Amino acid sequence: MSELLQIDNLGKRFGGFVALENITLSVRAGERLGLIGPNGSGKSTLVNCICGTLRHEQGSVRFDGRTLDGLIAHQRTHLGLARSFQLPRPFVSLSLIDNIRIPLLYTVAARGTHRAAREVEDRCSDLLREVGLQAKAHHLPRDLTQVEMRKLELARAMAAEPKLLIADESMAGLTHSEIQDILTLLVRLNERGVTIILIEHIMRAVMSFSQRLVVLVSGRKIADGQPDEVVRNPEVEKAYLG
Amino acid sequence: MRTPLFVLIWLVIGGVLFAVSVALGNDYVFFAGYVVLQYVVLGTAWNILGGYCGYVNFGSAAFFALGAYSTVAIYKFYPLPIPLLLPISAVVSGVVGFGMGYLTLRLRGAFFAIATLALAVVLETLVVNWDYVGGSRGAYIIRPEEIEPIGNYIRYLFLIMLLLAIGAITVARLIERSRLGYGFATIRDDELAAEASGVPTLRLKLIATTISGALMGMAGAPFPYYIGYLQPSSTFGLDYAVNSIAMPLIGGTTSWVGPLIGALLLGSMQQIATVTISSAVNLLIVGCVLVAFVIVAPNGIIGLFHTYLQRKPDDFVGRRRLDADLPGSVP
Repeated sequence: MSELLQIDNLGKRFGGFVALENITLSVRAGERLGLIGPNGSGKSTLVNCICGTLRHEQGSVRFDGRTLDGLIAHQRTHLGLARSFQLPRPFVSLSLIDNIRIPLLYTVAARGTHRAAREVEDRCSDLLREVGLQAKAHHLPRDLTQVEMRKLELARAMAAEPKLLIADESMAGLTHSEIQDILTLLVRLNERGVTIILIEHIMRAVMSFSQRLVVLVSGRKIADGQPDEVVRNPEVEKAYLG
Repeated sequence: MRTPLFVLIWLVIGGVLFAVSVALGNDYVFFAGYVVLQYVVLGTAWNILGGYCGYVNFGSAAFFALGAYSTVAIYKFYPLPIPLLLPISAVVSGVVGFGMGYLTLRLRGAFFAIATLALAVVLETLVVNWDYVGGSRGAYIIRPEEIEPIGNYIRYLFLIMLLLAIGAITVARLIERSRLGYGFATIRDDELAAEASGVPTLRLKLIATTISGALMGMAGAPFPYYIGYLQPSSTFGLDYAVNSIAMPLIGGTTSWVGPLIGALLLGSMQQIATVTISSAVNLLIVGCVLVAFVIVAPNGIIGLFHTYLQRKPDDFVGRRRLDADLPGSVP
């Protein structure tokens, strides 16, 4: 399989604090990658650098054969990168169906796929049905429960029809069965050819989902490989258990 | 409702309004009506940036004055008819709106508001020191007595402002129902999430500042002919800035209906107060009404309408939205 995402020697500092140091990582098309690390290890910073929310000072990010350095966040979204936020960030004044509509209007349309208003409407309904939120299509996000909010977040990311989806802690604080719901959703998406990077603290979810596991500690990548081998890695054990 | 039908209905309403005003036989109606309509345009223009995108502009007076002073500058050179002055003022204010947007849109909330306020001060200083347009002395514009075939010139000005107001609400309504309107709403809600969904936020904000600025400039273009004597301190006055914010807030900021209702209500109250009490109470009225609305109806009259009738946000103006998290609203 070919490389979809290639991060080369990436570095990011906040003042004197080194948040990411010489991160080199590549993700193959169609892969399910797990990314773990203790709090403050730089996982979200890495996502922000990949998606263009933050600018990195050092190294480069290549995606689908193009260098992303210098591109603004929405341009990267147009290229096929999608993310969900760690804390759900719905458009609070728009109904659920309109929340889903935004990426269709702005990302899918920007790629030259023209859809009539009716088709957009249908596509929005389909996406909401897929995450089980069709009954609340005309509600506002504030009517949602926590798990529904995460599903909306994923549905909105899926609406952009991405090649790569980065799910940033989309299961934190959920119950066992809710986690299963989200996992099923992600696996189904992966089966359709979407590459997925899952950032998660819940080890059971990460272990069952990931084909490969990457561990970040204090802004450095300390392990990369088969999930069961990685968790037995003494360095990883030390980082997690002290 | 399709846009041509919408415009047609408003043209009919406007025509009736004009006919009634003529039938009243008192030209003062036109003088007062002109000001109210001018505020419909200003409020609607402010709302495109402030209501739809959530960026509070305190510099409305600057854009209004830019339109007015464009007219003065052209008048000194060669007096053009007002219908030609409108697009010129729109371009001047639109360009300044674009420039202001480019320089200040990295700021959010109160910082953006302060930057726009500063723009008004800078432009006023510029005009005060520009002798060609009268400087601090002000500028006189001789208003013709009559114009064919309408008759008295004030009726002509009223008619122009009436058409401009219809134009402004049509533009606002078009934006609201378009892809652009959805984009604006995402900017108001969460710019980070908007970018992640592929919305080019900076470009949309620049579109908003340009349209908003251009409409305000157009509202100011006929003003020198209305007032006869244009003075920097009153043209850049606080009244315009405060009124263009207060009117949409009182009406409701999420649809074109809000600024319209707000301007008609507040503008008429001010005109009545000017005649019966004194023009000095105008800002006092705005203050009191604004305080009352913040307490009783934080989402404006439209918000009140929603809660009263449906107890939920509905499709009243074609979009399902609630005014939560907007400037002036109380959670």
